[in-house]
Amino acid sequence: MAKRKTLAVITGIGGRLGQLLARRLHREPDTRVIGIDRRPFLRKPSDVEHLRIDIRRKACEDLFRTRRVDVIYHLGLMHDPRQGLGEHYTWNLLGTKQILEFAQRYGVPKVVILSTGDVYGPQSDNPAYISEDAPLLGAQRFAGMRDLIAVDMFAQSYFWKFPEIETVVLRPAHIVGGVRNAVSNYLRLPRLPLLLGFDPMVQVLHEEDAVSAILAAARPGVRGVFNVVGADALPLRTLVSLTGKPTWEVPHVVLPSLARRLFQLRLADFPAAELDYIRYSATLDGERLRTVTRWSNQYTVEEAVQAALRSSVFDGGVERLPAGLPRAS
Amino acid sequence: MSGTVVDNLQRLQAVGQSIGHNLATQLAQWSEPERRRTLAERVAREFSEASQEVASLILSGSWRTPDDELERRITHLLGSKNLSPHGTDAFGFAPGEVRSVVPYLEFLYRVWFRAEVHDIQRVPEGRCLLIANHSGQLPFDGVVIGTSLLLDRDPPRMARSMVEKFATSLPFFGTFCNRMGQVTGLPDNCRRLLENEEAVLVFPEGARGISKPYSHRYRMTAFGHGFMRLALESHVPIVPIAVVGAEEQTINLVNLAPLAKLLNMPSAPLTPLMPLIGPAAMLPAPVKYHVYFGEPMEFSGDANDDDAVVAGKVAKVRAAIQAMMDKGLAERRGIFI
Repeated sequence: MAKRKTLAVITGIGGRLGQLLARRLHREPDTRVIGIDRRPFLRKPSDVEHLRIDIRRKACEDLFRTRRVDVIYHLGLMHDPRQGLGEHYTWNLLGTKQILEFAQRYGVPKVVILSTGDVYGPQSDNPAYISEDAPLLGAQRFAGMRDLIAVDMFAQSYFWKFPEIETVVLRPAHIVGGVRNAVSNYLRLPRLPLLLGFDPMVQVLHEEDAVSAILAAARPGVRGVFNVVGADALPLRTLVSLTGKPTWEVPHVVLPSLARRLFQLRLADFPAAELDYIRYSATLDGERLRTVTRWSNQYTVEEAVQAALRSSVFDGGVERLPAGLPRAS
Repeated sequence: MSGTVVDNLQRLQAVGQSIGHNLATQLAQWSEPERRRTLAERVAREFSEASQEVASLILSGSWRTPDDELERRITHLLGSKNLSPHGTDAFGFAPGEVRSVVPYLEFLYRVWFRAEVHDIQRVPEGRCLLIANHSGQLPFDGVVIGTSLLLDRDPPRMARSMVEKFATSLPFFGTFCNRMGQVTGLPDNCRRLLENEEAVLVFPEGARGISKPYSHRYRMTAFGHGFMRLALESHVPIVPIAVVGAEEQTINLVNLAPLAKLLNMPSAPLTPLMPLIGPAAMLPAPVKYHVYFGEPMEFSGDANDDDAVVAGKVAKVRAAIQAMMDKGLAERRGIFI
């Protein structure tokens, strides 16, 4: 009799990272992949199953009831400044609660949750190495982070509530590549804004390195919170110079109000609070993940930046709900 | 509502009275004609000698480190294993950018302050804590200690000082500090720097020490205990450093605490020239600096001991600095020479 294959469930499989992770997993001979996402998965490998449903729907529970799932990769978190806080809360927090409850109810031994390094937030008095034990201050100036911090802390409560589940919370530095996120979008701008007189240290993580870290965290025995760092911390202006693009320098007293107006007029996709990322440092300490899993960055900062620039148009990874779909009740 | 207004008015009045009292005492001291005359004569004599010295230094150009020697020193710093391929360490220190700043640092160090440095080779290799008295309203004492390690120690070291959070959050200046290896003053940063085998410069008196009024010169304020706990935890030697001369660079008649609070600054000193030239009065006078490096001190014990136990160890460091300071004060010929 053939050995039973490992069954991996990926939420948010339609996103760029979900797709990369699915491709990596489906190449492994003894792994089956099921993805959950309302968004489409373009150029999907044929042996990957894709359920186009909402995590919060009952059909999702049927999956866990009928199949023995070995590992859940929970990448289906939304961070879209255009969506309201209410939608963020129900999608992210209720979705995560749902996933963790399925894990507990149907005996899934491993859950990997992709949180974000942004939970710490950029601050002028951040230490140069922010450890996993640092307070999550990311929302003190950026209300749009509140739900993600709530998700992170909710997931942490499972460490002690259900110790039989190996729960892993990953807090990656800015993931850069074909993904649609603030940093990759920033690097893809034709002209990059900088704040006059500010040059914070930044870390960027190549998307393939992020996927490797997710896989490393899924190994048996790994549990807890882990920062995932970029290859090096470097000054923002050095990072920007790697794109070879022109910049414009704006005084920090002017840009926030300008950015707020542009965001309101839908001329820019950056909420003003995100400007803190080009003003203050938030660099993570990656020692714990390196020690526990021997994971390390395989891509240089230059390669990460080039990956972001190459994929200036990416069709599948918009972390935004398709219009017209029914809201979960 | 009206209660708080009255409270605030009373508080303001109390602050005003204390400021007025301080000013009056200081002015009274200087208004004695005899005292004023001898002081003026002495300052004039010292100042003319100092300006001759400055002029001859500038004219001869002998104060500059030769280019090849400077290059050798920068290259040594660039050899640090803590640097990423992008030329900075995790704290944003960029040794390559120090090169262009050295002429200004060196002008301050060798010409403006004509710093005399004693026993600099006592600063060991590897991790260590440099502990110094703090004075002068603006941290030129840190600049002088840093420049001495960069230009007069063999091989050169970059002092990584723990800077007030307020300063590193400023545009331009904060970034400049980071590139020059100066780091936001957090215990965690200090711990990491020591793990990286760096020399960390700490002024345990902090803002209290640097902004003390002129009438309190060469009377060190209380030392914080943080540096000693870090030294015990990381087993690092402590190098005591006494700086003599910086106290007289900017005369602080009185601290305008409410103004400082209003501007969100650590202190707002009022100097004699401030009514005439405004903030430019904060620039240092060309006083002569004397920097004394003491023998490295080793301490052992529990980093989490009671304050009383740690205080005893801190007192030893403070006493070492005090002894060097007393000696320096006794030996110096004047404020400017």
